[in-house]
Amino acid sequence: MLDIRGLTASIGDKPILKGIDLTVPAGEVHAIMGPNGSGKSTLGYVLSGREDYTVTGGSATFNGADILAMEPEQRAAAGVFLAFQAPIELPGVNNANFLRTALNAIRRAHGESELDAVQFLKLARAETKRLAMPDDMLKRNVNVGFSGGEKKRNEVLQMAILRPKLAILDETDSGLDIDALKIVADGVNALRGPEFSALVITHHQRLLDHLVPNRVHVLAHGRIVRTGGPELAKELEKSGYAGLIAEAA
Amino acid sequence: MSTGATGFLERYEAAVGRLPGDSALRAAAAAAFKVAGLPGGTPRARPVEAWKYTSLRPVAEATFQASPKHEAETLLSGLTLLDAPRLVFVDGVLRADLSDASPTMTTVGHSATVAPLLTGGSFTAGVQIARFADQPDFGTLTWPDREPMVALNTMLASDGATLDVPAGVDGGIVQLVSLSGGQGDFHPRHSIRLGKGARLTVVEISAGQGVYLLNTVAEIHVAAGAHLTHIRLQDEAATAFHVSTTYADVVAGGTYDSFTLNLGGRLSRTEVHTQLSGPGATAHLNAAQILAGSQHADFTTVVSHTAPSCGSRQTVKNVLAGRSRGVFQGKIEVARHAQKTDGYQMNQALLLSPYAEVDSKPELEIFADDVKCSHGATVGELDAEQMFYLRSRGIPDADAKSILVRAFLAEALDAVADETIRGLLETAVEQWWERQKA
Repeated sequence: MLDIRGLTASIGDKPILKGIDLTVPAGEVHAIMGPNGSGKSTLGYVLSGREDYTVTGGSATFNGADILAMEPEQRAAAGVFLAFQAPIELPGVNNANFLRTALNAIRRAHGESELDAVQFLKLARAETKRLAMPDDMLKRNVNVGFSGGEKKRNEVLQMAILRPKLAILDETDSGLDIDALKIVADGVNALRGPEFSALVITHHQRLLDHLVPNRVHVLAHGRIVRTGGPELAKELEKSGYAGLIAEAA
Repeated sequence: MSTGATGFLERYEAAVGRLPGDSALRAAAAAAFKVAGLPGGTPRARPVEAWKYTSLRPVAEATFQASPKHEAETLLSGLTLLDAPRLVFVDGVLRADLSDASPTMTTVGHSATVAPLLTGGSFTAGVQIARFADQPDFGTLTWPDREPMVALNTMLASDGATLDVPAGVDGGIVQLVSLSGGQGDFHPRHSIRLGKGARLTVVEISAGQGVYLLNTVAEIHVAAGAHLTHIRLQDEAATAFHVSTTYADVVAGGTYDSFTLNLGGRLSRTEVHTQLSGPGATAHLNAAQILAGSQHADFTTVVSHTAPSCGSRQTVKNVLAGRSRGVFQGKIEVARHAQKTDGYQMNQALLLSPYAEVDSKPELEIFADDVKCSHGATVGELDAEQMFYLRSRGIPDADAKSILVRAFLAEALDAVADETIRGLLETAVEQWWERQKA
């Protein structure tokens, strides 16, 4: 379970998150929607430990552990995974080696045995096939020369291989066609289970048709201004955020 | 043993009667060294542009110390080598018992002391090898009068390898291994000659223990259409000094393809002079320097385009941790008639610490009007976004750094075409990284 209480965070002197209260019980998928600049991506970065944000108050625990006190790699070992809105290119780093290094680092942190190259490739090929990714994506350098859609799928591939307990998807649907969108949704749905939670940051109702959330939260000006069921997303699609934000102000 | 310029000259005086080869040449070199001294060797030394960023005062002030547990066999067994013929020099002297020549290698002339390490073969094919100790070959390209360290080598050289590959022959790979651990300074003198259309790969590996100076000079001739690949893996003791000066002459359609990996040594200087003197000749002078602590490594090149339509490529990458300092000085000279010259030079540095320093000095001296010459330099730190991306996937900080450093180096190492040799260099980098973690 992810439990966020009164979380405030700034970048430089500028407050971005102004008191977030949010609980995602184990087994649930929650959507975060809201206008540009409302702090959605910041929430994802703060939870995964990016250094340029300063947490100024509040707490965030995952399954009882204070994740804000952990290094990014410790958070990953604890099961936190951020699918980046703009995945980073790593020239000179082979995708398969990157994925195997990450998986083995997490396995090591859990006291599990590491996978050798052969065992890993078998696992990775099964996942690329399921995600309808060409095999050569494993051989290429991480995200280098990938199309926007390929980069997003590569994020989902990482998630499928690392099998996190808390996935934060930061606009993983943006820029995807309908088929790719379904693949992303299927990737998350495949992980759904009593031990898995997800925070799905999105602008569009469309993804939520395939990846039906338990709850939908609306973030505006660094605060959650409304929470509801899946129907809230449909309502927002029709009426937009303006009325909501005015109401909250 | 105290060193400084005087110490070297005294040793020359003492040994002069026993040193092989042209004594007049040695005397001239000694006279030149007496005037010049070690570059930057004393506080009063005259500043020399070619040694702008590197001073050999630490060499002048060092007390050479033999490693107490020095054993060539142990050093050798600790090295990763290629499965290829090797000539092993210990403290600058060929050790036939540790060497392993291929059956296709042959001796030339009266090189009797090399014969025992040969297991057979004929004089018709393969690499012909000779020892400098038996057949001193000072060559024709070096400038003892201009280069103090070449003068020092010319004055004191006592052994080295001469490799000749006859026209049209593929000589395969020859490893020149230097192991140092004895007390003092060693001055190997190598000569490599490729006949028309010949091929050879020379892999120089140097390692050691203790405080010593290895001061190598190599002269290289690449004939028309011949191809020499020259790899230098410098992994000297962290307390040692390493100076290596190479002169290469490449004629029409010939290629001198060199890669230098500097990992070891307290202070190292790798200097390569290449003359492209026939149309269509090519030189690649690529390098990577990976340094930590207070290491200093200087890669200095001079490429002279003296014939038309020649190409030179240099990609030099530095990874600098601690208070280390990496230097690249690259000069491209294009003579007036060397039209259609294509020269490229790139120096990139990755600074892993706020105290590390890189000095980059490109020089273009162009007298022809139809040439393409470019140079560039970049300095940067590890990319914070890339680091976060790796760490957010569970990869610990130190491993993430190592991945990004290896990625930075990959482009340089990719210049090494032979996969086995690239593997050897990658292993050396890997071991360097492990040593830093320890």
